[in-house]
Amino acid sequence: MTVPLEHLLRELTPQVLGAVIRRFHDFAAAEDAVQEALLVASQRWPREGLPHDPPAWLTQVAMRRMIDQIRSEFSRRQREQDTALEAARSSRSTSPAGAGDDTLILLYMCCHPALSSASAIALTLRAIGGLTTAEIARAFLVPEATMAQRISRAKQSIKQSGIPFQLPTPEERARRLRSVLHVLYLIFNEGYTSSAGAELGRDDLSREAIRLARVIHKLEPRDAEVAGLLALMLLTDARRAARTNAEGELIPLDEQDRTLWDKREIDEGIALLEATLPKGAVGPYQLQAAIAAVHDEAARSEDTDWPQILALYDLLTHMSDNPMVILSHAIASAMVHGPAKGLELLDGLERDPRLAGNHRLNAVRAHLLELTGDRAGAVRYYRAAAGQTANLPERNYLLAQAARLS
Amino acid sequence: MRFILMMNGTKADFAGYARWSKEDLQRNVAFMRAFSKELKDSGVFVSTEGLAFPDQAKTVRAGKDGEPVTDGVFPESKEFLAGYWIVDVESPDDAYKIAARLSAGPGPGGKPGKMPVEVRQVMSSHTDYGL
Repeated sequence: MTVPLEHLLRELTPQVLGAVIRRFHDFAAAEDAVQEALLVASQRWPREGLPHDPPAWLTQVAMRRMIDQIRSEFSRRQREQDTALEAARSSRSTSPAGAGDDTLILLYMCCHPALSSASAIALTLRAIGGLTTAEIARAFLVPEATMAQRISRAKQSIKQSGIPFQLPTPEERARRLRSVLHVLYLIFNEGYTSSAGAELGRDDLSREAIRLARVIHKLEPRDAEVAGLLALMLLTDARRAARTNAEGELIPLDEQDRTLWDKREIDEGIALLEATLPKGAVGPYQLQAAIAAVHDEAARSEDTDWPQILALYDLLTHMSDNPMVILSHAIASAMVHGPAKGLELLDGLERDPRLAGNHRLNAVRAHLLELTGDRAGAVRYYRAAAGQTANLPERNYLLAQAARLS
Repeated sequence: MRFILMMNGTKADFAGYARWSKEDLQRNVAFMRAFSKELKDSGVFVSTEGLAFPDQAKTVRAGKDGEPVTDGVFPESKEFLAGYWIVDVESPDDAYKIAARLSAGPGPGGKPGKMPVEVRQVMSSHTDYGL
């Protein structure tokens, strides 16, 4: 498949799927039918050219599959005939109406809080992202059969839960939107934190998460946290080329070649924030994006406006008791008030069960000890952190830090 | 998060297994088959392999010119890998639960074998920032 065609198909996936579910009220079967229609299109369109109305074409093919499937079931289950045929007949226009709404409803469905995050991620990438099961499996390093099973279980839980195909109620909307954003955030993270080059295809996940965040930003333009998440992704992704070297080794923020940062992504992220922040109702994604923006705006590491970053982390710690946030807050404090202050804040995290066994606490302690001039202490904690991480480039980085000081 | 579940045993353990009754063996094989299917059906399966008995196991080191120098003499207490499963789950606890199911697999007389299962996280280049 050529790249532009693949993009077009993936863009059309959710609205076509939405239209089919709307008619047949069967998420699982509709999803299969749409996957088949996409396959037919990917084979035919390059040969025969684009149809006049691509979404209508896809919807029609998928609906035909659905009807075929229903017909073959008829012989066994006659009584279902009337309703299904009626549904098929009532589809006077095959052009998907309210495509935007359908995409949004689908997103809410795929990211339903009843699903495990692994299921929600897989389902979102397939139903909204239009990725094939094989592509998703490759990105998550599991066999295709395992991913297929995950997707089919997720579809099953949606079916069993009886979640209606409609937008959540206004009271529910905020909570449901949070879980949609969380799933997109996880997809982005999965792609971003993998080292460049080592595992082909994984940074596609970040790009896909950004694309999906753009879709939802278009559909929910007034939600400041949606804009905040999109900005956070862009401002983080902008550093992709600088964060690893050719060997796939991690380069920390203060040593990155900032000329490699993607200026376009930074500008777009900052513009989003500037349009959103004055509206009030500042949430954690906007704050994290604002912190990323302060880093991105510094031409050199020593130009970083740490007091402003600290002020933003102060706000963020009031909003979230996430230990990772508190850890970052400690680093910012150290940069403003000196390493002793940072180490003092770390002591408060020592007994947090959520950080038990997490390497990041030891890694930060090592870094701050190094700043105080305690080389032996830094070496000890860098090594302890190396023993706790399951991330290979990170372990290599931590061991290299220890080796540098010992 | 991916975890490897490793079942280890000494040569004596393997020798004991080789003397199990036919019923005991069949029960164990059936359990293992059902266990793998369960992992596949629940969407956590990554891979599994069983290893041959350690009778012919060799340790290999590079000799002077890089040629293989083999050694097959091991202390009685040495543990050999019998087989492994790799699963992709959401937390270490999920992996421990699966390992416990494995450890409860039937031993002689159908009683839970209580074989120890070593659980280790598989490295990746991905970090979960947990935000």
